[in-house]
Amino acid sequence: MTTLMADPMLAEAWTLSGSVALRPEPFGALAYHFGNRKLTFLKKQQLVDAVNALGDSKTVADALTRAGIPEAQWPAYVKALRGLATSDMILERKPS
Amino acid sequence: MTLLDVRTPVARPTTGPLVNQFEFGLDAPICLTWELTYACNLACAHCLSSSGKRDPRELTTEQCEAVIDELQRMQVFYVNIGGGEPTIRPDFWHLLQYAVDHNVGVKFSTNGVRLNPERAAFLASTDYVDVQISLDGATAEVNDYVRGPGSYDTAITALQNLQDAGFKDAKISVVVTRQNVTQLDEFKALADQYGATLRLTRLRPSGRGADVWDELHPLPEQQRVLYDWLMANGDNVLTGDSFFHLAAFGESLPGLNLCGAGRVVCLIDPIGDVYACPFAIHDNFLAGNLLADGGFKQVWQTSELFQELRSPQTSGACTSCEFFDSCRGGCMAAKFFTGLPLDGPDPECVQGYGESALAGERTIPAASQDHSRTTPGRNQPVMLTLTRREDLEAPPVSACAENPLAGFRL
Ligand code: SF4
Ligand code: SF4
Repeated sequence: MTTLMADPMLAEAWTLSGSVALRPEPFGALAYHFGNRKLTFLKKQQLVDAVNALGDSKTVADALTRAGIPEAQWPAYVKALRGLATSDMILERKPS
Repeated sequence: MTLLDVRTPVARPTTGPLVNQFEFGLDAPICLTWELTYACNLACAHCLSSSGKRDPRELTTEQCEAVIDELQRMQVFYVNIGGGEPTIRPDFWHLLQYAVDHNVGVKFSTNGVRLNPERAAFLASTDYVDVQISLDGATAEVNDYVRGPGSYDTAITALQNLQDAGFKDAKISVVVTRQNVTQLDEFKALADQYGATLRLTRLRPSGRGADVWDELHPLPEQQRVLYDWLMANGDNVLTGDSFFHLAAFGESLPGLNLCGAGRVVCLIDPIGDVYACPFAIHDNFLAGNLLADGGFKQVWQTSELFQELRSPQTSGACTSCEFFDSCRGGCMAAKFFTGLPLDGPDPECVQGYGESALAGERTIPAASQDHSRTTPGRNQPVMLTLTRREDLEAPPVSACAENPLAGFRL
């Protein structure tokens, strides 16, 4: 069931953009992109952990696992990651 | 801190909208203004910081660099530099470069006086620098009335120089007043002409603005016009989230609908004093001094004033208002400087509670500082002289006055 509806992003390799700095905040982090000057908020610590794990995880699914996020919650996290992708905070990279 | 424990029985929420997080403050500000100097070549009638003369205790170049180093460590990603007129500090361009080199982007406000073609070319070659030219009228007549003779031409020349140098997306920053609220479309056209973005902000009764607020703040029906204009054009116009009190007209405007003072907003003044908000330069909102109190981070994170501002506030007379969630009682500085209770309605409350509050008993607080020049310079706006005449109740009507209410007396 879950595999059938799985978002293709889960199998892709992504990374935090080199132009982005994450500033820890009590609720998670604030992300700032020095290139497009966009400011975004990561409202959960697990999302921060997942974003930080992206770069050296084989896939997005791996990063979510490493951040300790239960599979049932993945759709919500993938949605958040897609949001970050639209403002170039995270970038797709070649699979390693 | 013990005081705080008593006052904050409510803990920071772990879920819910971001605005609730902001209410409890962040580890570093998002919107930090740094006024580099109180010196200014102009003497605008509504100057929020009563600028004019340089304060001899102004931070030195080295001290300013140390502030930037600290902002970099705190990951304050950009800072709004203002004054006074920041560009008349001889080390301004050096500090600009220093900030950018240390990952602190700069947005600076200027009246344009130093933006000659060479400076414009330098700015066009930098990254992370935003320039905001102040203009308070779409015509010289309306602008110079409050900003002083010649100031319109100075601003337009600066915009032209920036455009010629290939600087992209300068900002034209307008304080909306009773006189220029009829010129919103013209401001937009002007911005388009110079490849700039229009930025509208609210007139607050701060600094010298307290003296002219009664005459200059938009009338209730003009606030409606402004709201409708923002609803129609808001996507292409910046507001610094300054009009959230207008949300009580109906739909919320985009952006942060919350007074961010001491929570996500603050001001560093030219001598290193840290205030809750650039519009709240008054002893009551002074959190500390970054030289005397262990640096900016220390002041931001531990000052008693900021802890208090980050604790849940009472909403007083606004409690029963159905628009409280989007308006939250409006602007703290506007209330304070008009002598209204901080937990009640904004003086420009669009539900009309401000007017009745203003009509009641109130004491306007005395200014705690004034840097105005004591002898009027040649750039002084004429307005101040005119308003001293007791027989004049309304601003003078000029040939090109477009305000339908100009000269109208009740
Ligand atoms: S005091 Fe007014 S200007 Fe300052 S942050 Fe609050 S609402 Fe904004
Ligand atoms: S009563 Fe208070 S919350 Fe309601 S609109 Fe007026 S200022 Fe805003």
